Amino acid sequence: KRIKTLKTRNLCESAKKGGCGECQTACKTVANQKCEKK
Amino acid sequence: MVHQYKLNGYNIVLDACSGAIHIVDELAYDVIALYPDHTPEEITAALREQHQVTEDELRECVADVEELVRSGQLYSPDTFSEIAGTFKERSGDVVKALCLHVAHTCNLNCAYCFASQGRFHGDRALMSLETGRRALDFLIEHSGSRRNLEVDFFGGEPLMNWQTVKDLVAYARSREEESGKHFRFTLTTNGMLIDDDVIDFANREMDNVVLSLDGRKEIHDRLRLDYAGNGSYDRIVPKFQKLVQARGGVRYYMRGTFTHANPDFTKDLFHMADLGFTELSMEPVVCAPDDPAALTAADLETVKGEYELLAKEMLKRRQEGRPITFYHYMLDLEGGPCIYKRVSGCGSGTEYMAVTPWGDLYPCHQFVGEEAYKLGDIWNGVTNTALREEFRACNAYARPECADCWAKLYCSGGCAANAYHASGSIRGVYEAGCELFRKRIECAIMLQAALAEEEA
Repeated sequence: KRIKTLKTRNLCESAKKGGCGECQTACKTVANQKCEKK
Repeated sequence: MVHQYKLNGYNIVLDACSGAIHIVDELAYDVIALYPDHTPEEITAALREQHQVTEDELRECVADVEELVRSGQLYSPDTFSEIAGTFKERSGDVVKALCLHVAHTCNLNCAYCFASQGRFHGDRALMSLETGRRALDFLIEHSGSRRNLEVDFFGGEPLMNWQTVKDLVAYARSREEESGKHFRFTLTTNGMLIDDDVIDFANREMDNVVLSLDGRKEIHDRLRLDYAGNGSYDRIVPKFQKLVQARGGVRYYMRGTFTHANPDFTKDLFHMADLGFTELSMEPVVCAPDDPAALTAADLETVKGEYELLAKEMLKRRQEGRPITFYHYMLDLEGGPCIYKRVSGCGSGTEYMAVTPWGDLYPCHQFVGEEAYKLGDIWNGVTNTALREEFRACNAYARPECADCWAKLYCSGGCAANAYHASGSIRGVYEAGCELFRKRIECAIMLQAALAEEEA
């Protein structure tokens, strides 16, 4: 009742799958990206 | 590692390694802070009177915290340092994105330009079609199994070599089917040469357009002048509005730069919103510390306050049905990057490179013109392999200064060019940039908390 957990991608779980490298490489000067596979 | 902070009425707890985010009440906030170094009995004794709660309530709260720890959503161990270098190693010498400098010349003479008015400390030049085609061939040849390839038309001012841009897009499209690749194009422009042909073509072929506007007329025209010394605001704003409207108001960013003249940059963002632009990106100037445009220590405090003000205003505008987007507040908590991308960063110098009009390769657009950072060229590939390895070694775990930073899996080690310009080394740390980055992420997460509350 005192803690609300937001839905987030579990980074530890994503470590088990390996990265595919397809995600995109605004400001020209990572957290704001989207996963191509999700 | 856990980071706790309070913002806009939310008590936020971020578990850095699992990525879990918890919104908690005052009691849970304090329990979580005490949890690593105190027994449940000590926590109960310390907080019962302060929070005016019963022992049962406290025990229940401690049990909830223990459950989160057990399930790997709080104080989760950092197991990523060992894999930090592996993703880039596995990627081998794959290149998947190029920044094509189609014009090392510009029709504006902006005082703060990191590219020295588009010349990048060298001669004025336009990329030939032949060089551009070879760059695209180089990208396809070195892209391995990657399907998505990205090309940014950049300068200088790319519209000063517009026919070449169009011909290169056509050439890339002609190679997509046989090579099994998909090209995504971006165009970055100051807007001076936008006409109906540019609008039609860009809106058909460019996945994203980045439009340079600094906000209020007096701010924009202070530094973004033509060679006759005249401001550019009145000439470009109507063109940008026409392009964005024809584009359906999507897949673009208004890209502004704020300097010592306007650390109160939200006024400029809101001005752009008043002009009808909703997709906004505003960045601190990158320049030498003694440059008159450079942000001072006092400016940084102002800017941090502005980031909070912006987040609150965005909430208000969303509730009023007139939302705006700020690039750095775009966090997709469920569909964001995996841990490998977060650890390895932007890919400059390895999977992402800049190509000069002469076909030379550099780690990214911000290194062009720095001879020591030339990687090779598009005919012979990367010949300075030691430099490529130096960039390959850059990741979220590469700098000892980042060991205790909760935000490193968001910044991914930060921008190598900013580190170089601030410290003289790509393995250095751009402290002011870190400070602003952490504030932006705190605001972005708060916005996600507010969104979740609205949806509940």
